[in-house]
Amino acid sequence: MAARGLDLILHRAQVKLCDKLQGVRRPYKEVIDVFQGDLHRAGMKPLTFVRQVLAACVYPPLINSSNLPLDVRQRAQEELGRCVGGSVGSYSATPGIPEIIHSISEFIKRRDGGIPSHPENIYISPGSQWSISNILNVLVNREASPRTGVLIPVPCHNKTVLSITQLGAVAVPYYLSEEQGWALQVEELQRAHESAKGVCNPVALYVINPGNPAGYVQSQKSVLEVIRFAWEKRLFLLVDEVKKLLSSMQAYFKNQMHLYKGTYGCLHVALQLYQDCVYGENCEFVSYKRAVSEMGPPFSGTVELASFHSVSKGFSGECGLRAGYVELVNLDPAVMKYIHTLFSKDACSPVLGQIALNLMTDPPKPGDPSYLLYKQEIEQIRTVLVHSVKKVHEVVNSLPGFSCPPIEGGLFAFPRLHLTPKAIQKAKELGLQPDTFYCTRLLEEGGVFTGPGWEYGQKEGTYHIRFCIAVPQDVMEELLRRLSSFHMTFMKDFS
Amino acid sequence: MSQQAVNGVSHRGRVLTLDSMNPNVKRVEYAVRGPIVQRAVQIEKELKEGAKKPFTEVIKANIGDAHAMGQKPITFFRQVLALCSYPALLEDSKFPEDAKQRARRVLEACGGHSIGAYSASQGIECIRQDVARYIEKRDGGIPSNPDNIYLSTGASDAIVTILKLLVCGEGRDRTGVMISIPQYPLYSAALADLGAVQINYYLDEDNCWSLNITELRRALSAAREHCNPRVLCIINPGNPTGQVQSRQCIEDVIRFAKEEHLFLMADEVYQDNVYAEGCQFHSFKKVLFEMGPEYSNTVEMASFHSTSKCYMGECGFRGGYMEVINLDPEVKAQLIKLVSVRLCPPVPGQALLDLVVNPPQPDEPSYATFMKERTAVLSALAEKARLTEQIFNTVPGITCNPVQGAMYTFPRITLPQKAIDKAKELGLVPDMFYCMRLLDEEGICLVPGSGFGQREGTYHFRMTILPPTEKLKVVLQKIREFQLRFTQEFS
Repeated sequence: MAARGLDLILHRAQVKLCDKLQGVRRPYKEVIDVFQGDLHRAGMKPLTFVRQVLAACVYPPLINSSNLPLDVRQRAQEELGRCVGGSVGSYSATPGIPEIIHSISEFIKRRDGGIPSHPENIYISPGSQWSISNILNVLVNREASPRTGVLIPVPCHNKTVLSITQLGAVAVPYYLSEEQGWALQVEELQRAHESAKGVCNPVALYVINPGNPAGYVQSQKSVLEVIRFAWEKRLFLLVDEVKKLLSSMQAYFKNQMHLYKGTYGCLHVALQLYQDCVYGENCEFVSYKRAVSEMGPPFSGTVELASFHSVSKGFSGECGLRAGYVELVNLDPAVMKYIHTLFSKDACSPVLGQIALNLMTDPPKPGDPSYLLYKQEIEQIRTVLVHSVKKVHEVVNSLPGFSCPPIEGGLFAFPRLHLTPKAIQKAKELGLQPDTFYCTRLLEEGGVFTGPGWEYGQKEGTYHIRFCIAVPQDVMEELLRRLSSFHMTFMKDFS
Repeated sequence: MSQQAVNGVSHRGRVLTLDSMNPNVKRVEYAVRGPIVQRAVQIEKELKEGAKKPFTEVIKANIGDAHAMGQKPITFFRQVLALCSYPALLEDSKFPEDAKQRARRVLEACGGHSIGAYSASQGIECIRQDVARYIEKRDGGIPSNPDNIYLSTGASDAIVTILKLLVCGEGRDRTGVMISIPQYPLYSAALADLGAVQINYYLDEDNCWSLNITELRRALSAAREHCNPRVLCIINPGNPTGQVQSRQCIEDVIRFAKEEHLFLMADEVYQDNVYAEGCQFHSFKKVLFEMGPEYSNTVEMASFHSTSKCYMGECGFRGGYMEVINLDPEVKAQLIKLVSVRLCPPVPGQALLDLVVNPPQPDEPSYATFMKERTAVLSALAEKARLTEQIFNTVPGITCNPVQGAMYTFPRITLPQKAIDKAKELGLVPDMFYCMRLLDEEGICLVPGSGFGQREGTYHFRMTILPPTEKLKVVLQKIREFQLRFTQEFS
């Protein structure tokens, strides 16, 4: 597998571009930055309730301000009451503020149809990559021979791969099937596992669901197959479910539907609230934890699983606050003690991020003063996402040399570029990967900042780009306009 | 074993066991949040459930957390951060103009004008520029390049990152890292985790925990037998010992580092916490540059700072930075890659750091209040430092060096032989036994000296000087009473 590094090439191009933009004539005024899964950078607004509560927590005199809704002020008071010394400036317990951990465990339980989640198995960290690194650190035995191996999907977002290689482990790729909407096929897992023989000792299987960069949502059948495979081959399951918060909102609305029916008897309103937040028609997110539990013995008691989540994705998009959590299932209690110590040397997770996480898992309820606005803002985001998904699929598939399976979940589009030999040759001449070449040109000429597929891994001879789709409607339209225009010119130039 | 019994399956062990896990992780310990704290949490739970104890609350004097002990945040900082969190407040006339101006500046530098956007992995550029300017001002005009500034998730994050870059090699070539004994156990934990060789150099307890070059030399030459020493770590002002190094000492250390070709790591997170008469904070960078180009062009160094200590005490924000000096450009490229894995440091922490390095100026509306609050915190700490030293030195069996700076006292306790024997019986290190008893009897949580390292046969504990003065007096009183009882019991 090709060695992967940071896309410094693109970053440098962006910096150069921003400098150049002062005074140089370009067909655009501003770069549309959809390189990362960063809602706010792309122009989406933060949730008002979340920010109001955070502000009041940071500056408690606001709790007495009549400018803030009553539920905001009450909530801030509650959150501060859980902070040591009543300040967001104090350290929290290592795994996180206990009441917030408890709240998260309740949230997970609701998401998983009542399957209990134990607070002592949950750790909050500054973003999901932090806890992924920590768990990998425990799994990877640097002194082992042969080296520790971790199966990773291709494509895969590159941070985890970097963590794996930095720890001295081997990343063993298994290819998702693009023709089948990026399906994870067990035969391919089997092949990958076989390929590790003599090279390394695979101890873990890393799965991303919903996918990043490819926007798939695994079917229940697929999830069960993977679990069975992990159990048979004795692999520790590392499940990155960071993008699942969207479908948690599905569960949230489901609950609200019942409340609405009870309180107002307005069925049509209820149905409006409950719509499929994961975009695909027949898609429903199934958490690995739930699947493991519902499989019953021997799986339910023995499959070792770490599932990772984050406040960076989903509707809040609070990437900059750095909060994620890991839930550990069926781990050896003796090992758990060491995991606790490992997390403890990092002190604790930023408290504001912890509070944001809590607000997401326990949002305003019908009847609360902030509820209507909150609901409205969530709906707006959901509408944007559903619209984006449709538009991107439509536009990209209408362009020659460009194709994209339906985006079922997650925050990115990962369309395939069918580059001409001429374009590939030109890239080679410049010492660039073909899709990096495309992305650099798209940035400079089109003013759209995207990521090349090379960064995430892809089948040899295929090329892709990745871009965030959680972008306001007007920005998405402009993005697609620029992309189409650039793409047509590019394909013509290199025909 | 029981797993198989429960499931009735044929012998199926777990994938992740004590045997299969990373052996380095098993060597990681972090006393500040270790077993004694777990016991304290247990006791707090019992108290909540109504258990009767000789005390009504547990006083957590184990951790350097000022707000937890009632210290108030700096108003100006919190105002700006509130404005950053909810920018609609920029319309609220109750917030001063200088706070709004700083909030606008930070927001402008954020993607989508939101602190919820990722920043560059190295940290927001204009904040790094502000940090560089702060360093220049602090160090009498010696230039600081923003490209050498890396914002981080607390200083701990940056410290571990640099160690990751430095630790390599196998067997006798394995990187050795010199750390002071006593030390802040993040260092020993990180070294264990990375499988680096820990090289101990002892601070001189009889001379106010000062650092001797002879001792550094001794430690280094002994270490050369079995590893490749490459790094020298120094904490100034010191944790847990509170000593503030003299300028001469800092020069000597720099000279030593140059001679022996060592990378210097200067942990300066307590740089505003200096109390004793005649003591002054000298930044390693400043001294390095004042020693002339022979040193300033060659010695490789990283210095660390944080928003968790000093007069801010904002531990929960996880703000910090490091400045790297004379790092090889190719290494810097690797450093960028390393910090990119965790995406970026928390943006509120970055914003807070910006305020710390760019506080209200004399001509600004918030200046008076800011200075009042800052002075109040630092003078209270100075008073508590003095009080602590004074009272502890009146207790038979406790001797205490002056708390020249930082936030802790690290007194030496004399334990009766019978107590040491009893501890051994219970499988406890003697100072852990002492601290556990203190916790059980008085509800005071301290960290045993063994968690920081100490000379063989000596015992200490680390206590913070953070509780409010009246409470601190009570704590000191209770420790005195406990010490007397304990000595009596085991005489």
